[in-house]
Amino acid sequence: MTWSEMQPLLTQGTIDTLYMVLWSTLVTVVGGLPLGILLVLTDKGGLLQNTVVNKIVGVIVNIGRSLPFIILLIALIPFTTWVVGTFIGPSAMIVPLAIGAIPFFARLVETAVREVDHGLVEAVQSMGGSIPTIVRKVLLPQALPSLVSGVTTTVIVLIGYSAMAGAVGGEGLGSKAVTYGFQRFDDQFMLITVALLIVIVTVVQLIGDVAGRLLARRGRTTT
Amino acid sequence: MITTSGLTKVYQSRGREVTALDGVDLHVREGEVYGVIGQSGAGKSSLIRCVNLLERPTAGTVTVAGQDLTALAGRGRRAGKELRRARNRIGMVFQHFNLLDSRTVRDNVELPLEILGISGQARTRKALELLDLVGLADKAKAYPAQLSGGQKQRVGIARALAGDPKVLLSDEATSALDPETTRSILQLLRDLNQELGLTVLLITHEMDVVKTVCDSAALMRKGRIVESGTVGGLLATPGSELAHELFPVGGAPSGPGSTVVDVTFHGEAAAQPVISQLSRTYNIDISILGAAMDTVGGKQIGRMRIELPGPFDENVVPIGFLREQGLQAEVVDGSPAAPTGIPSQTPAAITKEVAK
Repeated sequence: MTWSEMQPLLTQGTIDTLYMVLWSTLVTVVGGLPLGILLVLTDKGGLLQNTVVNKIVGVIVNIGRSLPFIILLIALIPFTTWVVGTFIGPSAMIVPLAIGAIPFFARLVETAVREVDHGLVEAVQSMGGSIPTIVRKVLLPQALPSLVSGVTTTVIVLIGYSAMAGAVGGEGLGSKAVTYGFQRFDDQFMLITVALLIVIVTVVQLIGDVAGRLLARRGRTTT
Repeated sequence: MITTSGLTKVYQSRGREVTALDGVDLHVREGEVYGVIGQSGAGKSSLIRCVNLLERPTAGTVTVAGQDLTALAGRGRRAGKELRRARNRIGMVFQHFNLLDSRTVRDNVELPLEILGISGQARTRKALELLDLVGLADKAKAYPAQLSGGQKQRVGIARALAGDPKVLLSDEATSALDPETTRSILQLLRDLNQELGLTVLLITHEMDVVKTVCDSAALMRKGRIVESGTVGGLLATPGSELAHELFPVGGAPSGPGSTVVDVTFHGEAAAQPVISQLSRTYNIDISILGAAMDTVGGKQIGRMRIELPGPFDENVVPIGFLREQGLQAEVVDGSPAAPTGIPSQTPAAITKEVAK
């Protein structure tokens, strides 16, 4: 394949990958954040201690975490079709990608929120703060640097998943690599796609690191 | 102002029951600084957390400013609206300050005002006023990490005052600070107590804190209050452990066959030359083993440990003379005298000698 042949494929692949990753990240954060907070709040000794809810959510999250993504992708085809109307194409892929990443992100949120010093929670309680206030004004702002690094990790996992999605009718760089690189034995194309994915992952990690560092440094600078 | 009755807290820990509070009756009068002292594990922390119901007592009631908080709390673990409103009127400061490091000093002080629903400008004005009150007006824009421990605690105090509380709870507020900073923070608490009429309940393991700032004190041990009262009253109580700890006098007797007496002077009696009178009247030689003068609860107090020759029964009359002079005289049993320090598990070696 000549460069002029490759170029539109790569461009389209990159656009599709970014599209899938971006939207599924958004859905993952919206779904995983409350779930992670719920896991902390309902845990033993938590503000909303509720063993039943905690166990149920915990089991669901663990099942979601332990399913290999490729299996989840296939198992979710009926659900995806029901939601999007089709199970093929980048838009359809957002559904399994998000569902695959939500449990993963929820655990990261749980860890980040659990790290917040209990004394701060106690202080806000002593001021008469309600649980929503505690979540909004203490848990989330204090956990923000960890949450940002959690999002970064999730985005990278989603880039990996999105490449896999290429095997089951998704679009994006992964799908292009399978079709052109693997099935047509075009090593050069394969290498370029891999390099492109590496570049994307590196850039995401870099952005995440910088953002995390800026947030963590906030308030910790010495005069 | 703060009354607890029969306050009991039992923790379940791996199937075992741990009693942290065992029927605590505490009464803090309006406008006083009340110190609860005890070793770690004595239940002080549970006590102060039960006062604003951060911990739910297993039994008993807590009344703050005439409001029965235990009744407001209801049954659930979550604090209802009324309890939260009541908490807003009870300030609390913490050993480790518990400031949000993601917020500036001013924003930290604004936090309780945000919870109260006070809008932007009024909030900022109030926060700056409070910072001025604690002497940190110039640090409004700083972050907690840029402050020293004492400054952080000042922010903590400003924050605790944001809801215009009548009551301030202090959970070992000076235990993480050096002696000098401790003094300045205690001074601030004293000033606020006097200027704002703030009632302060503090828990501490440092006798010095009680000595410097408290009007009243209670000694806690194993979840119970073993002794309590005004500092002056405690010092006047023969055999009071707290008085002994507040004001230790040391000194071992020179040998067997003598009587060791701890004499406490306060008020008028401190001005009289009692020891020389005693010596002349009974023609006995008195050795002074140890003595100290100090200001406790704003009053001059002196304590002296003296040795009289001969066993106790020969000294009944001279000891009676001391008591007639309005002094407090306690015969110290056994020798050498027990070393002093933080309240010890064994009762201090003092016999309660009833005045005849």
